[in-house]
Amino acid sequence: MSVDLSIKFAGIKFENPFTLAASPCTDNAQMVARAFDAGWAAAVLKTTSVEEEVVELVYPMMAGLDFDDKKVIGLQNIDLISERHIDQVEKDVRELKKAYPKKVVGASIMGQKKEHWQSLVRRLEAAGVDFIECSFSCPHGMPERGMGSTIGQNAELTERTARWVKEAARRTPVSIKVTPLVPDLPHIAHAVQKSGADAITAINTVKCLIGVDIDNFVPYPTVNGKSSYGGYSGAAIKPISLRCVAEIAKAVDMPISATGGITTWRDAVEFLLCGARNLQVCTAVMKHGFRIIEDLTDGLSVYLEDKGMSSVEELVGLALPNIVEHSHLSREYKPVSKINLETCVKCDVCYIACQDGGHQAITLDEKRLPHVDEEKCVGCSMCASVCPVWECIQMVPR
Amino acid sequence: MAARQTPDTLDMAVRVASMDEVDRGLKPHQALAEAGRCIFCHDAPCVKGCPVGIDIPGFIRRMAQRNFVGAARLIRQANPLGAVCARVCPSEAQCEKGCTSAGLTEPVAIACLQRFAMDQEMARGIRQAAAAAPTGRRVAVIGAGPAGLACSLALALAGESVTMYDSAPEPGGVMRYGIPPYRLPREVLNREVDWILGAGVRFVGNTEVGRDIGMDELLSEYDAIFIGAGLGEPATPDVSGLDAPGVISAYSFLRAAGQTDPAPIAQPLGRVVVLGGGNVAIDAACTALRLGAEAVTVAYRRAREQMPAWAREVEFAQDEGVEFAFLLSPAEVLQADGKIMGVRMTRMKLAEDDASGRPRPVPSGEPDEAIGADTVLLAFGQGANESIFSALPSLARSEAGMIEVDPETGASSMAGVFAGGDAVNGGSTVVLAVSEGLRAAAGIRAYLDSSREGSECR
Ligand SMILES: Cc1cc2nc3c(=O)[nH]c(=O)nc-3n(C[C@H](O)[C@H](O)[C@H](O)COP(=O)(O)OP(=O)(O)OC[C@H]3O[C@@H](n4cnc5c(N)ncnc54)[C@H](O)[C@@H]3O)c2cc1C
Ligand SMILES: Cc1cc2nc3c(=O)[nH]c(=O)nc-3n(C[C@H](O)[C@H](O)[C@H](O)COP(=O)(O)O)c2cc1C
Repeated sequence: MSVDLSIKFAGIKFENPFTLAASPCTDNAQMVARAFDAGWAAAVLKTTSVEEEVVELVYPMMAGLDFDDKKVIGLQNIDLISERHIDQVEKDVRELKKAYPKKVVGASIMGQKKEHWQSLVRRLEAAGVDFIECSFSCPHGMPERGMGSTIGQNAELTERTARWVKEAARRTPVSIKVTPLVPDLPHIAHAVQKSGADAITAINTVKCLIGVDIDNFVPYPTVNGKSSYGGYSGAAIKPISLRCVAEIAKAVDMPISATGGITTWRDAVEFLLCGARNLQVCTAVMKHGFRIIEDLTDGLSVYLEDKGMSSVEELVGLALPNIVEHSHLSREYKPVSKINLETCVKCDVCYIACQDGGHQAITLDEKRLPHVDEEKCVGCSMCASVCPVWECIQMVPR
Repeated sequence: MAARQTPDTLDMAVRVASMDEVDRGLKPHQALAEAGRCIFCHDAPCVKGCPVGIDIPGFIRRMAQRNFVGAARLIRQANPLGAVCARVCPSEAQCEKGCTSAGLTEPVAIACLQRFAMDQEMARGIRQAAAAAPTGRRVAVIGAGPAGLACSLALALAGESVTMYDSAPEPGGVMRYGIPPYRLPREVLNREVDWILGAGVRFVGNTEVGRDIGMDELLSEYDAIFIGAGLGEPATPDVSGLDAPGVISAYSFLRAAGQTDPAPIAQPLGRVVVLGGGNVAIDAACTALRLGAEAVTVAYRRAREQMPAWAREVEFAQDEGVEFAFLLSPAEVLQADGKIMGVRMTRMKLAEDDASGRPRPVPSGEPDEAIGADTVLLAFGQGANESIFSALPSLARSEAGMIEVDPETGASSMAGVFAGGDAVNGGSTVVLAVSEGLRAAAGIRAYLDSSREGSECR
């Protein structure tokens, strides 16, 4: 059986949902061309601005968060928008659309004032861009100039700015890239919807401080003895972006492009299930290269095949009905922990977790095998979460 | 960086008394941990070390993402015998040899990972690959070993009509009639073979080309021929008393022992001496142990360092209790009352290098010694497959006496006749046979395309 990975987003057909996010991966046409050749369906070119916007970058601008021996499970960047202004990006769009008519080329923009936003839109539209993404969401650097997340954190600014963009965009769909750094994301999503914008991209990076050099007391990335807050991205932020996508999907009926931590095909499936129709990737590509597209598309195809589904479309939003208010969760459901003693390796980390973080329901016998006292077990599932053995502890209904 | 994962092996007491697979494979959490050890380095030296060029980082990335079936399919694209090869490849000398992770700790256990992915795929059923529309062209394949099987599958998928002949009753070649089941379970082999036959390859067993069917017939009936007939008869050394009952060729011994119901071996094996130092000697020794031998000694005329057997196979045999005797060359099988008593061995020493680049063993001058034995297994290697040369006398031979072929296409000296595998390389590995079978399939298709264009011009 062959599966169809193509899917429409904001009225545009993508050969698969995988899109390169606005980032260093998309900062010139040659890179994007290589990504297209590798199998990426689309790219959002790195955020650009009008020629008079001065962009001065600092270096180093990246710092990874490592966990045990895994490198870069999260990434902080203090990058800004592209040093390449609209004049160069226009050229990239023309070049890419000519060479890859079937691929989708998006462009990301950021402006200080109405004229900037509108002239960026007109010029990109004239160059033949497929869609326009507006960054209302960069959490570092740009807000100091009243740009980036300054807009996205305010519903009125969001709606007003998005309207300017929509006014100028005659035929090109517009997606607003939002920030997770707001108390009420559905409120912002409603503002986007009211503006008439066509789609929402969620989310941009999360403002962070990734670590401090404990020898010289300067945080990372260290720029000549100083550092600054930056944007956090990569696998570590997936739970945040997944929540944001689901919240938006439940609040407004608009196509959503998900970004934030998508690393594997499994992540991809999860975002689709939570209502995304398009999937943007940045940090995973910065770490592993454009080649990961093969793993994403192959994994997604095999998954759909396994599920007996023939298109990606069928997945969109399937998890949404299963996300409910906390107060609507069943109070009658009483699970209990079941430990498979055949596969248990007697590491007893379940015991430790239950003793010091649970309800002291797990005891050890003289052979160091863990046993669950069903009277005491409340079914919290911390034991199953820490168990290192494949499917050894399972939470089952009583 | 985490340590390399090692699969469990059968408990030793059970292991030496059964034909069950010794290596139990990685468990799921081990497979994920091991996949996580790959650093996905840029130039992937592992791929260069693989004779069929499997996209190793590609399949490991799929595994790391728990897409085991996708991983298996990627492997299968390059190697139709991926499950067999995961078990029998000398991976430490191939893919794992160049592994970049060795610079940090140890090489990634690539073969173990491959096996895990293939086993997952098998559990779910191998997906039948779609064949191209029939071309109407006919190809005969002689020999259903790995070379013939790989060549047949590639041709069948390209729409060619393929008939595979083998003198043996079942397809598989040495994989079925040589490699012991405790290293390669027959159900693993059968699944891959069935999958290949399922792609539309016709198999005609019990048919030796040159005896049961004429080569002329094949040449006139088919548009092209692939020869993957492997090696010929075992070599017999110049040792007196080899006609004694109880002196058995290691090859026929393994053949009998490898059947699903091991054919009863004529007599209790008693004390076994295996003469030779290659993998066949090791396989014969470990098989003899499993069939109830009291003690097994492998006697080799050079030193351990020169043994052609792979180090890990030698270790495997030592673990099982096989004894090794070095620098001993057989002189005579000792008999009394028509019964073997032992082997008289000449003590050797190492002299200057011979043509193979290994030190030549020469008699040391010390007195001969006897090793007691009730059964003697001979594992002195095999020569060229003469059944092919007598059926096709004009076939050109290489310097080593094998079938000479074009290294790009696998084409022999005769138009339309291609060859690969042991019959060409003189005896190597399953995976090399697969790669030469695939190479010839491409050569055959190009040949058929060009000869059709030629005939259309006429
Ligand atoms: C005991 C043993 C253990 C081995 N262990 C390993 C291992 O662990 N790993 C590894 O990689 N390699 C191993 N090898 C080597 C490996 O098996 C061979 O390199 C490989 O099988 C060669 O494949 P082939 O297709 O060229 O020939 P074969 O496997 O020899 O197949 C040739 C086939 O052709 C048939 N045939 C021959 N003549 C005719 C004819 N005239 N008409 C019709 N049919 C004919 C034969 O019956 C046979 O089935 C081992 C070999 C032996 C003997
Ligand atoms: C170095 C770097 C530069 C980025 N630059 C931009 C940018 O110019 N415009 C933008 O909208 N997002 C930018 N982003 C955010 C990404 O597009 C993406 O939304 C975010 O990194 C989350 O996805 P990820 O976890 O796959 O990286 C940047 C991210 C990084 C790491």
